[in-house]
Parts: sequence; C-alpha cells; structure tokens
Amino acid sequence: MSTLVWIVLPYTCLVVFVAGHVWRWRHDQFGWTTHTSQLLENRLLRLGSPLFHLGAFGVIGGHAMGLLIPASWTALLGISGHTYHLVSVTGGTITGIMLVVGLALLIARRFISGRIRRVTTTMDRILYAALTVMVALGMSGTVAVNLLGEGYDYRETIAVWFRGIFWLQPDPSLMSGAPLVFRLHAIGGFLFLALWPFTRLVHVWSAPLAYLWRPYVVYRRRRTPAPQPQPAPAAARKVVTPSS
Amino acid sequence: MRIRAQVAMVMNLDKCIGCHTCSVTCKQTWTNREGTEYVWFNNVETKPGIGYPKHYEDQDRWKGGWKLDGKGRLVLRGGGRVKRLSRIFANPDLPSIDDYYEPATFDKDILVNAPAGLKDTPVKQPYSALTGEPMAITWGANWEDSLGGDTFDQDPNLKNLTEKVTFEFEKTFMFHLPRICEHCLNPACVSACPSGAMYKREEDGIVLVDQDRCRGWRMCVSACPYKKVYVNHATGKAEKCTLCFPRIEAGQPTICSETCVGRLRYLGILWYDEDAVLAAASVGDEDLLDAQRAVFLDPFDETVQRAARDAGHPQEWIEAAQASPVWRLISEYRIALPLHPEYRTLPMVWYVPPLSPVLDAAGAAGRDDTNADDIFHTIDDLRIPVEYLASLFTAGDTAAAGGVLMKLAAMRAYMRARTLDGTVAQELLDGIGMTGEQVEAMYRLLAIAKYDERYVIPAAHRAQAAALDGLGGCSLDGEGGPGMGGSGAVPVTITTGRSR
Repeated sequence: MSTLVWIVLPYTCLVVFVAGHVWRWRHDQFGWTTHTSQLLENRLLRLGSPLFHLGAFGVIGGHAMGLLIPASWTALLGISGHTYHLVSVTGGTITGIMLVVGLALLIARRFISGRIRRVTTTMDRILYAALTVMVALGMSGTVAVNLLGEGYDYRETIAVWFRGIFWLQPDPSLMSGAPLVFRLHAIGGFLFLALWPFTRLVHVWSAPLAYLWRPYVVYRRRRTPAPQPQPAPAAARKVVTPSS
Repeated sequence: MRIRAQVAMVMNLDKCIGCHTCSVTCKQTWTNREGTEYVWFNNVETKPGIGYPKHYEDQDRWKGGWKLDGKGRLVLRGGGRVKRLSRIFANPDLPSIDDYYEPATFDKDILVNAPAGLKDTPVKQPYSALTGEPMAITWGANWEDSLGGDTFDQDPNLKNLTEKVTFEFEKTFMFHLPRICEHCLNPACVSACPSGAMYKREEDGIVLVDQDRCRGWRMCVSACPYKKVYVNHATGKAEKCTLCFPRIEAGQPTICSETCVGRLRYLGILWYDEDAVLAAASVGDEDLLDAQRAVFLDPFDETVQRAARDAGHPQEWIEAAQASPVWRLISEYRIALPLHPEYRTLPMVWYVPPLSPVLDAAGAAGRDDTNADDIFHTIDDLRIPVEYLASLFTAGDTAAAGGVLMKLAAMRAYMRARTLDGTVAQELLDGIGMTGEQVEAMYRLLAIAKYDERYVIPAAHRAQAAALDGLGGCSLDGEGGPGMGGSGAVPVTITTGRSR
C-alpha cells in the first residue's frame, strides 16, 4: 500500500503532468489561455486575483524552499532550526492567508455574478475544488500543526522523500510517521499536478517574461506559400498545409 | 530607408448617412458568434457623443495610445513593460462589458406561438446574452444615434472647445463617424501585447491577433486608444478587425467598403518609411499632423520606386501606389485627416472631415450655404464646428481643419459655377492653391466615386491569393475562432476584378 501511494502514484502523476502538457501544447494552442473573465466582472477580481496570484508565488516559493533545500545546507549557512521554522511559518502563514482570501474572492465571484457563473466550465469547477482542498490541507498543516500545534519537521522526512522521487530512490518509509494532513497534502499535491495540464493553469507556463526585452512592434510575414507562377493542379493543392 | 507598403483607408464623412450597413455586414461576416455578441469591428457613432465603448476617447481614464514622457521620449500611456506586467493579474484600465453594452437576445417564440384572440399584442422580452436572465436594454453600440439620448454633451472632445456648445435643436450640429481598426503604423496594442501574439504584417501592414499565441492577458484592449481590440469572453482571446484580409488578398475591398451605401470609403496602398515612424510619433503636439503626413513616400518619386523595387515589391504594387485614392486624398489634395493624431499611433484610416456641421451652422446663422464667400466666412467665424473637428482630426489645429473645409467648400462652389454657367472661378482656386484640373479630379474622386477608383488593391496580391485559395479553409476555423463555420477543405471560389 505504501509503495502504491508514495512511489507509484507520484510517478504516475508526474508522467501525466509531462505528457499532458506535451499533448495540450501540440493539440490545443487555441485553448491555451488565462481565459480571462475580467471583462464580465471586475469588482471582486480586482482584489481577489492579485491576492491569489501573489499569494501563490509566495506559497510556491515556500514549497521550493522547504522541499528542495536540504536541512543540512541551511545548517551549513548557520541558520538554526528555530530561525528557519520562524521564517517558514511566518512566510507560509502570510502568503497562505493571501492565497486563501484571494481564492475565496475568486470562488465567490463565480457564485455571485451570473455572468461568471455562465462561463464557468466543468473543468473550472474541478480546478477550484482541487485548489480549495489543497489550500485547506496545506493551511491546516502550517497553521494547526506548525504555528499552533507542537510542530512537525517535514524537512527530515517529507522533503527527503520528495527529493528521492527525482533521484529515482523514493523511500516510502519516511512518510509513515508524518501527520495525516501532511500525508494527504502530499498525495493531493501530486494529483493536482496530474490535473494541471488539463486546466487553465497551463497559462502559468506562458508567463510573458520575454515581453521585458522584446521590441515593441512585432512584424510578421504572412504565413502563405510563395506565389506560384502557374495555378497548381488540384492534386498538388492537398499537400500545402498552413504551418507555423 | 526601410520601405513598406500599407493598405490604408479614407472615409469621406460628408457622405455618411449613418445607415450602419457597414456595421451590419461586418458583424455578419466576423462577429456573429458566441463571445463576440458585444463586438463591433466596425461601428458607426454619432458625433458629438461619447461613442462605443463609452468615453473611449478619454485617455486620462483609459490610458490608451502613446504619450511623450518628461524627457520627450515616446512611452505607452498605460505604462511600460515592467508596469504592464505588474498589473497583469488585474488590469486597471480594462473597460467592463457595461462600458460597451450588455448584449441581448429576444424570445421571438412568443410572437409565433401566441394563441389567437389575445386581448393584448404579445411582446417579445429581451434576455441577456450573458446570463440568460430577462433584462432591460439601457445602452447599445449606437444608443446615441443622431444625438439620441442625453449623453452627447459628455463627449470628451467638447472639453477642448473655447465656447460652450449649445444643443438647442436649431443651433446644434452632428455627423456620423464610422470606425474600424486603424491598422496603425505604430500600434499601441501590438506594443502592449505581452505574448507577442499581435503583429503587423510586413506585406500590407494589416494588424492581426494570432489566435494560437494569444494567452488572454488583455493588455491590447487597454492600450488601443480607439478601443478596437476586444476580448472574446467565450474563448478568452483577443479579436479585432482584420481589414478583411482574405478579401484584400483576393483583390477585393473590405466588406464594410464593398457594402457602403454612400460609397464613402476608399482603399489603396501607401508607401512609408518604417525608420521614420518612431520620429514622426515623437514630435511635439503642434507638429503631429505634418509629421504623420510626412511619413508617406511619394509613389511618383523615382528614388521611392527604386527603393520599393529593391525591397522586392512587385511592379503591380508600385503602379497601384500611384493609382491609390488614399495617397491622393491624404497627400496630394491634403483633404483627409487622421483620427486623433495625438494618440501617436499613426492611424491608417483617415477621414475627409464633413462640411455639413459648418453648413448647418451657416444656415442657423442666416447665411447662404450655397455661397462660397459666406461659407468661407462661416468657417472663419463659427469656431465651434471647426474647433470640434480639429479636436478629432488635427490635434486641435483649427487652421489645418479649416483649410480642409475651405477646399471642400471651394470645390463645391467651383463645380457649381462650372456646371451652371461654364465659368471658371479662378479666385476660388487661388484661395485654396489648387489648379482647376486638380479640383475637378478631386470632385470626380469624391462625388462620382467610381468603384475602380475607390478601391485600388494591388494585382500582385491576387496572384498570391490563388496560392492561398489552394489551402482550402483557413487557420482560424477552430472551435470558436473567427473563421468558425467555414466549410473545411472545400476551396472558396473568389471572383476578382469586379467593377461597376
């Protein structure tokens, strides 16, 4: 059972994550969008969207810090376990609250505004539900266990298991002692990754950073075959396809 | 010099009767789809008026177009690259759909299925196309038609007038302003697109949105000062006027031009120097009009022709540029003016300003609107219509706007004298600095306006169109895309060289 949950499931989800993105990129450029609905509702979005996104940046950064950087490295830099705990719990709580409030506002506008309700797809509903579960589990881990409770040092167990996945040596026994919310959050996280390529979350990979150094006006040549001196026979026409 | 060709349009506003045929045929061709109910690539608004979307000309509010910063450098009014990306999660300068209007549909079944013998006539109820709920229609793309409603006095252009405009029936003036995308030489929408999905075509200057690369960051909508880029709320992608590029490629005029009842639209190509665009967009406010006129290159100049040939442009294009009605109206007769040159995007749809507001004013002031002298004096004396037109077309330069009106008035008086008693009104020609041949050619282009003279679309495009035709269907045919509903692999038969 633990092999299934802590080895098979993560790898399956990662394969779906990668293959899903490749498939979507190749077959659905037209659907690859933020799917903005600001045109239809701006009042709640104006506050909710920046809170959600900035909170998410903090939360993703925090996860990267906690899961990818071994405790021994921070110890080498002279950062004590207590200092680390203080920084991670404070940062995690603040960005987590931003994320929670932002998400709540974004979900609220899906219910409150009839215009938004109409354009909400099934996949949007699944995504919002998944986000809610993940955030709830994550926040209960950070707030209930680490801020208010006795605390749990995930850096010695969950983080080691997580890194092991990428070294192809995941050790399921590390997860056996983790509190339930942490274990559920870890499972949910991988399921969430598997869901990612099929939702509007793909827009994350199109973050337009290249805009910062691109020339303002973009010129492009028309995507058509060169003019042919004589009309092509009907049979030859089939061969010509619009290519990017 | 980097020489480029631009397909440009001129509209003669005196001939626009506000029939909206252009809007309707455009809508049927391009935006009769879910997600674009509120979108009019072509709309006709009444001026004075706040327009569509509401107050779009108020750039203090919408931050569209370009401006000069403190050091005289050209910057996007809505902010540069970093500022724009920092506002990507919630764009503060995006109009809401209520600034356009809430699209409605009607339950027409009730008219068909109403039982016989009803005491009251059944009435069809409007339903919101966004929510499906019953709604009251309180605004539309053309709510202000012919000064209807009570918003015309909020027109942002009226703020620039030295006298207060009275909207008493007998003292007021109005005209119609058809608008499409300006296909600018210095497009703010393209410059603001974070994904690089918007582009200007090298061959003909048409500005398009790559539907596959648009990621829905909606910065183009804010950056366009004319508000002619729209969000399709069903696909989450930006869409805009395409200048009917499939028709242009086939040598046909755009559908709005083709179906224009007043025959007021002109299409042709212009040569311009791409390297001169930035400088022309960066001049001081008082030089805007002259600088934007000066970007165009004389198609009769042999240096220009050689440059065009060297750049690989076919001979047909060089000849088409010489026959271009747009070149004649903008640069030879100098009677066409750009819409809001102060936005510094170098728009490529220019307008022959209407004489009708002045004629209305002349009539109201008890002057003889058939007498050229009286009209000249009216143009000089009655500041309101001229200042208003200057606010629209010359960045406030009343001398330039008045000069164009003088030419139009002189042309009428000259042709009246020629037709009625065969005399040549030399003093009129001297007054506007044009020759008799020029005025008669201008009259022919404006008043007779033959199909082949209005639309000069280069033949070389047609040869390429044949190759295009072989593609069958178009890349925009995807689900919800602008070409959706196309017949797939069946090649479309295109008729060319139509004349009437």
